[in-house]
Amino acid sequence: MLKWLEKNLPKIVMAPAVGLIGWFVYGFVLWTLYISFTNSKILPKYELWGVGQYVKLWGSRKWLIAVDNLLIFTALFLIFCIVIGIILAIFLDQKIRAEGVLRTIYLYPMALSFIVTGTAWKWILNPTLGIQKMFIDWGFENFTFDWLVNREMAIYTIVIAGVWQSAGFVMALFLAGLRSVEDEIIKAAKIDGANLFTVYWKILLPMMRPVFFTSFVILVHISIKSYDLIVALTQGGPGISTTMPALYMTQTAFHKSQVGLSAASAMMMFMAVAAVIIPYLYSELRRENAR
Amino acid sequence: MQDKTHSSYKQLEQKSKYTNMFLRWFLYFVLVIFALYFIFPLYVMVVTSLKTMEEIRQGTLLTWPNGLNFDSWLVAWGGRGYGAGDTFLKPYFWNSIKMVVPAVFFSTFIGAMAGYVLTKWRFKGDKWVFLFLLFGCFIPYQAILLPMARTLGVLGISNSVIGLVLVHTVYGIPFTTLFFRNFYVSIPSELVKAARIDGAGFFKIFFKILLPVSTPIIVVTIIWQFTQIWNDFLFGSTFSFGEAAPIQVALNNMVLSSTSVKEYNVDMASAIIAGIPTLIVYVLAGKYFIRGLTSGAVKG
Repeated sequence: MLKWLEKNLPKIVMAPAVGLIGWFVYGFVLWTLYISFTNSKILPKYELWGVGQYVKLWGSRKWLIAVDNLLIFTALFLIFCIVIGIILAIFLDQKIRAEGVLRTIYLYPMALSFIVTGTAWKWILNPTLGIQKMFIDWGFENFTFDWLVNREMAIYTIVIAGVWQSAGFVMALFLAGLRSVEDEIIKAAKIDGANLFTVYWKILLPMMRPVFFTSFVILVHISIKSYDLIVALTQGGPGISTTMPALYMTQTAFHKSQVGLSAASAMMMFMAVAAVIIPYLYSELRRENAR
Repeated sequence: MQDKTHSSYKQLEQKSKYTNMFLRWFLYFVLVIFALYFIFPLYVMVVTSLKTMEEIRQGTLLTWPNGLNFDSWLVAWGGRGYGAGDTFLKPYFWNSIKMVVPAVFFSTFIGAMAGYVLTKWRFKGDKWVFLFLLFGCFIPYQAILLPMARTLGVLGISNSVIGLVLVHTVYGIPFTTLFFRNFYVSIPSELVKAARIDGAGFFKIFFKILLPVSTPIIVVTIIWQFTQIWNDFLFGSTFSFGEAAPIQVALNNMVLSSTSVKEYNVDMASAIIAGIPTLIVYVLAGKYFIRGLTSGAVKG
């Protein structure tokens, strides 16, 4: 008995982690998947109902708006975060004075919660006392900036706040990537007469391919899951103009008591994430195995 | 002849010196502009929290406050002292502490053990077990919210700090395992093998050989888990309400409550109070914070 215990101790120690994740991640996802095929309302029903919830989901105007918003947000969020992140990383890489201070400033938003960020930006962007008033007081009398309360533009306020929060993180990833390149490569290129711009554009940035990939995956992941920021900044409004899938899911489940429909929306999100993550994990594992 | 080329070369050098100087200035200019963009909201938050509502209406976002007026901070922290509808952060701040400390402890401990086994007591299929756990880092939590709500209800711990401790411990395990596994991989296994030949057991090896060198990764993990759990809103708002809510939920409720005139100064003071613990950690241990971020930042 004691011998058996000793021999299997590592597996026994491993058991809580595997058991908890098996139950709370895999079991729960399967449960959600099952419920998405039932006609559950307030309480879950276990009678299968087919794909009715998915048909209902893709016929719902609110869900389509949510998906639309997600696409707009993801595209802009990606572009701005990566462009700003790269610019900052390359510029910081030029033996800048006070680099430490600047880096700290660029990255501190990552330490804040999206609720704190959202609260701050909501106050800054509010038309009566925020940025709009600041410009009017400075003498730009016709200045208007009412995106926060404008149906067409409100989604872009979420982009502004989201980029503010995450651009520094992309900067950190790229800076680490650039610093890991050996100096010899850059020196050799310079001896060959390449100027700094060519060195970055033709040599260093192409070498950063894995960093691009990682940033892409992480940013897409953040944007599919974005929930807190919208709750704090717009609550999905004005109207339903800034609804996103994560918000749709919780509202459908906990305010509208449409558990089956909400499970279907959760599974759509799950599949979207899986489509990005599985190739990523696969390539990461291959890289690790190759080492 | 030679003189001529020499002088033209000198000219060229002079010219490139000017372009270089110009580029240098441009570089700093862009960096400072971005620094202002990033610092602007924090500045506005702090300044607004120190103003009276009268000053807020008269000035602009950037106006310096007339004096150091911490009234809004006191209101945000302790309320105005009248009964109903008086929400303030103090009790929720403590809720968050009560939630964060055990959740960070348990998830870190379980992750350390898992990382130790996965690297130093390898067994058949351990790679798959790691992958199995790793996938938990990536799932969108919406896919587990409904069954989790039911489970907490069945266990009788919905709307309680204990329930949130459970949730955060469980969903922290994939990250803590990832951190410890990646760290222990880099520690030579020869040490462990030698100790095993000498007859040292599973726990003795962990406590005598691995734990003493684990300080950096423990710090990274604790900071990461602390930041994630402190800043969580999805779980907090879904599984708790009223008195058991953590601070981010309370902050959101405070800002959204439309009982009276909007008091932006109190809102901003509240936001700062809710953000200060993680900001302090970031400023004091930025290096470890960034390390966690770059190796585990798959969580939204």
